[in-house]
Amino acid sequence: MTGVLEGDIGIALVNILLLTVLFVVAIAIARLRNLFAIVMLSGIYSLVSATWYVVVDAVDVAFTEAAVGAGMSTVVLLGAMLLTSRTAKPDKKFARLGPLLVVIATGVMLIYASVDLPALGDPNSPVNQGVGLTYMQINWADTGIPNVVTSVLGSYRGFDTLGETTVVFLAGLAVALLLGFGERSLAESIRREGNLPDRNAASGAEAGKEEDAS
Amino acid sequence: MNSDHHVILRVVSKMLLPIIVMFAFYTQFHGDFGPGGGFQAGIIIAVGVILYALIAGVPAAMRAVPPAFTRSLAAIGVMVYAGVGYWAMLKGGNYLEYQALFNEPPGEHHGQHIGIMVIELGVLFGVSGAMLTIFYAFAGRVAEIRDKDW
Amino acid sequence: MLEFILERANYWAIIGLMMIGLYITFASGNLIKRLVGLSLFQTSVCLFYVTLGKVAGGTAPILYGEDAVEHGGGHGADAAHHATGVTGGHALGNASAPVELVHTYSNVLPHVLMLTAIVVGVATLSVGLALIVRIREAYGSIESDEVREIDLEMALAQEAEIDQWLNEAGA
Repeated sequence: MTGVLEGDIGIALVNILLLTVLFVVAIAIARLRNLFAIVMLSGIYSLVSATWYVVVDAVDVAFTEAAVGAGMSTVVLLGAMLLTSRTAKPDKKFARLGPLLVVIATGVMLIYASVDLPALGDPNSPVNQGVGLTYMQINWADTGIPNVVTSVLGSYRGFDTLGETTVVFLAGLAVALLLGFGERSLAESIRREGNLPDRNAASGAEAGKEEDAS
Repeated sequence: MNSDHHVILRVVSKMLLPIIVMFAFYTQFHGDFGPGGGFQAGIIIAVGVILYALIAGVPAAMRAVPPAFTRSLAAIGVMVYAGVGYWAMLKGGNYLEYQALFNEPPGEHHGQHIGIMVIELGVLFGVSGAMLTIFYAFAGRVAEIRDKDW
Repeated sequence: MLEFILERANYWAIIGLMMIGLYITFASGNLIKRLVGLSLFQTSVCLFYVTLGKVAGGTAPILYGEDAVEHGGGHGADAAHHATGVTGGHALGNASAPVELVHTYSNVLPHVLMLTAIVVGVATLSVGLALIVRIREAYGSIESDEVREIDLEMALAQEAEIDQWLNEAGA
């Protein structure tokens, strides 16, 4: 029953510290208007939450979050920011009230529901007694792979992962269909080598084509 | 991108690039024993190419790793993954049943090891190809990222 | 009472983070900021899943020591292997009998689910950003209220055009 209290006091302190940093970063994101700062802070949020995943033993998730959240999604957000705008418009003062009320009501309801949840780290909770425990127990005899995350990902839930890979592929395809495969940048390099005429003429023609298309 | 004040950045990144790609392969093939696997390794390889694109310019990266190659890589990854399923079916098992790959009795783990390794390779190809396609789509949209944008 | 609160403080902190993400999604008009809020919300949901799978005194779900005894050459050496070899019967599609673990590990299932969710999250995030880039190219703005105004103007102009055309056709 005494899940978190039994544990290491140092771990508990790290836990509190990391969650505090996450709170500070999240509130800063909510208050800022500079999109560059927002994107960078969301990268920091991912990195801090990756550290927090290590505290709760999810090393694979931490690795993924550090690579994806702090690396890839920051790059994609920066690319999109460069193509759109640098600052957000200030919110209207009274327009904040409605969302705030909705969010507070949702939060209060969720906290009310969380009273029924099992204590943190309870080994007898339904979450930790179900199929997750069975995977841990039969994994070594079934697959002989020490990292249970890999064997569950690849073997027990192989269909799931096939679906995820397909989703990632389709997302890449969708982005490429929406934005092109990067021909503009290639055109730039070809123009620099002297095969295309003046830049202004080229970009003017491009802009004209776009207007026609839209 | 020819300005001189990036020279340290360029030299250091050039030294880091092979290490990044090697770390990705370590992540990929050590995923059975420690944290890691196809998803992480795919992202790390993609990030290595993105780093090259940032220091040498997107056109140079597109010449090194062409967009046609990345989008085929994504498709090949999914096909490799799905192909393992059909391999198991050809051997008489169910779809994606690695135990059937070499017709092993329970307790023999060769098929599981090979099966998981091949599907992780499929995930690696799929994720790195898709992420690079996404990056090229966004980065190819701007003609060139200027210094003042960073 | 203090114990009760400490046991659930993690959940409440994560719910707080979740609500900040939700607030950013609701309150900001800028579409990129909105997507950042959405990804904050998603990360918080992942945090919640993973914190539910934490087992007190457990380690990362990578078998070690007595739980992962190497079986040199043969398979009879390992008791669990032996049992499955005997009871297995048919060669294919049998799950092994569960064995008691020596060490304590955290729950593996939330980790697997969240690992794939994070990767799919960045894929969907980039699709959303691509749509935003197209919106910007079509409307010249990524503020949702401005986009709505332009939409309204366009609709009104189209209505007026249709009315005019109908009048001309009637006359």
